[in-house]
Amino acid sequence: MSKQINTIQSSAVPLQMENVDTDQIIPARFLKATSREGFGKNLFRDWRYEQDDETQPKQDFVLNNPIYSGRILVAGKNFGCGSSREHAAWAIKDAGFDVVVSSFFADIFKNNALNNFLLPVTVSEEYLKELFTAIEADPNTIIEVNLPEQFINIVSSGKKASFDINSYKKTCLLNGYDDIDYLLSIREQIETFEHSHS
Amino acid sequence: MKTLFEKIWEKHVVQTIEGGPSILYIDRHFIHEVTSPQAFNGLNKRGIKVFRPNQVVATADHNVPTLDQHLPIKEELSRVQVDTLKKNCAEHGIELYGLGHPFQGIVHVIGPELGITQPGMTIVCGDSHTSTHGAFGSIAFGIGTSEVEMVLATQCLMQSRPKLMRINIDGQLNDGVVSKDIVLYILAQITASGATGYAVEFAGSAIRSLSMEARMTICNMSIEMGARCGMIAPDQTTFDYIQGRRFAPQGEDWEKSVAYWQTLFSDEGAAFDTEINIKAEDIEPMITYGTNPGMGIGVGGHIPGLGEVEEKEKPSFEKSLAYMGLQPGAAIKGTKVDYVFIGSCTNSRIEDLRLVAGFVNGKQKAPGVEVWIVPGSKQVEKQAIEEGIDKIFEAAGFILRQPGCSACLGMNEDKIPAGKYCISTSNRNFEGRQGPNARTFLASPLTAALAAITGEVGDVREYWKN
Repeated sequence: MSKQINTIQSSAVPLQMENVDTDQIIPARFLKATSREGFGKNLFRDWRYEQDDETQPKQDFVLNNPIYSGRILVAGKNFGCGSSREHAAWAIKDAGFDVVVSSFFADIFKNNALNNFLLPVTVSEEYLKELFTAIEADPNTIIEVNLPEQFINIVSSGKKASFDINSYKKTCLLNGYDDIDYLLSIREQIETFEHSHS
Repeated sequence: MKTLFEKIWEKHVVQTIEGGPSILYIDRHFIHEVTSPQAFNGLNKRGIKVFRPNQVVATADHNVPTLDQHLPIKEELSRVQVDTLKKNCAEHGIELYGLGHPFQGIVHVIGPELGITQPGMTIVCGDSHTSTHGAFGSIAFGIGTSEVEMVLATQCLMQSRPKLMRINIDGQLNDGVVSKDIVLYILAQITASGATGYAVEFAGSAIRSLSMEARMTICNMSIEMGARCGMIAPDQTTFDYIQGRRFAPQGEDWEKSVAYWQTLFSDEGAAFDTEINIKAEDIEPMITYGTNPGMGIGVGGHIPGLGEVEEKEKPSFEKSLAYMGLQPGAAIKGTKVDYVFIGSCTNSRIEDLRLVAGFVNGKQKAPGVEVWIVPGSKQVEKQAIEEGIDKIFEAAGFILRQPGCSACLGMNEDKIPAGKYCISTSNRNFEGRQGPNARTFLASPLTAALAAITGEVGDVREYWKN
């Protein structure tokens, strides 16, 4: 897993569904592992296969369509709702994505993604529609996601949109820092806080 | 002038990072077998121990069998996960209420029943339904495994402050309407993403009139609106519930605690970013017809017709109804059900079991319907047996199983078979949630009990009338 994100240029996979919940991203029966690895093969398991059978891929599911590929997943609003399982972020990252674009992310998923160097990019409904249209017209459409400058760009048309990210998280993603390193560095301050906190 | 949320939040901020999140101190951390092993691996890799093991409580719930719990777990991966929790808790000095322990149960049931959950606290768990604990006037929310690791390592978490919403429900509830109906009604009004980015306070006379267990059901499902957390200001009902419980403050500490808890309410005139008002009289017994908890209607109502759905939402709506095997515009009443599941952190407490038992007493389940009652904890199970509720269930042909998350998420063997309809008191009707291709109707324990008797979706008010 790459522990750093900067600028990504890639084609994208369009998942035109709203309210994609984390039970779809990774069903509960695959949460029995005690490590973080290997969840990618069960990403969207029940949307991908008939009767839970890997030899029977559902032809109409976008991840099974060989014309779409890339490191960017583009999805409808309220992506990642439901269960807090971080396994959802692990599965998406493990399947080779570094960015998820949507018009709206569920809170817990967003934090989980950021903690795994999977960049959630929130765009307007209009821009999301433009992305879907561009990818449908040409599955090889290159999308640029520029974290330092905080914009996303459909390279062929030059249609850009800016996105928000707090400056602390941005620094973490650019440099490969994680929150625990920071929290451990202020343990003394936490202990001081505890003395005054009843 | 401050809101309930602000009063608690501000008391827990250790530091605010410039242009970033706040570092929030966490009072209580619940862990379970599914979302904790990778967090302990992380600690081990860093060579550090749990920072405040006395503030962490563990149980095994998601992945445990609900029959023959005294036997070794048959499914190997589940057994390894449960054993891993045991090993991690022993190594780090964490109290574990595991299988066989008289306090074992669903994490959001045991916290309150043991008096661990108290007003004014910050509470987290690697489970989205941690919002349940907000019913006591605490800030309680679900976190991912990386965050579980953070809290184990430092008892702190990075969080940006959510916006604030208040939902007021005033008036008198109709007959047959219970707290599950209130929350399903709110969800139908504001949708499954209607509160994303918000901490939601539930207020108003209808909320005040509810018991603690009923309040927990509402806060439990605030995550289904996308809310970071749900909360209800503590009052005498709250204090009476907590007093005397195992980990509740005692003696002088009790007096001091109550005095503090009494300050925990939103001041008159405190500002919310959004406020919603609902009349209790408008709420009917509710049921969901689709594949997210916002897709709910009154049991007497019709599934929306295609003409009533916004153009851009049509693909998701049609996919959802195709999955459910239901028609747009159809009445929901009279739909046959195959399974009834009464359980989960939403509705598996003693009041839920009493409500069901009171309704079915002396009646028989409908032929061909399978009814699973899964108590939320060993203590709930024990109480049900002491009250003779188990006998009522047995006579009705229901199966009283042992505590766990069970068919709410189909992680253990309690799965609803493909294509079958299950009326469920749980919290999520997502595709495949209760098992691959299982079809879920979310409803109250009362509406579920009625379906158990009649074998179909019905209106409890009409049943009483006849």
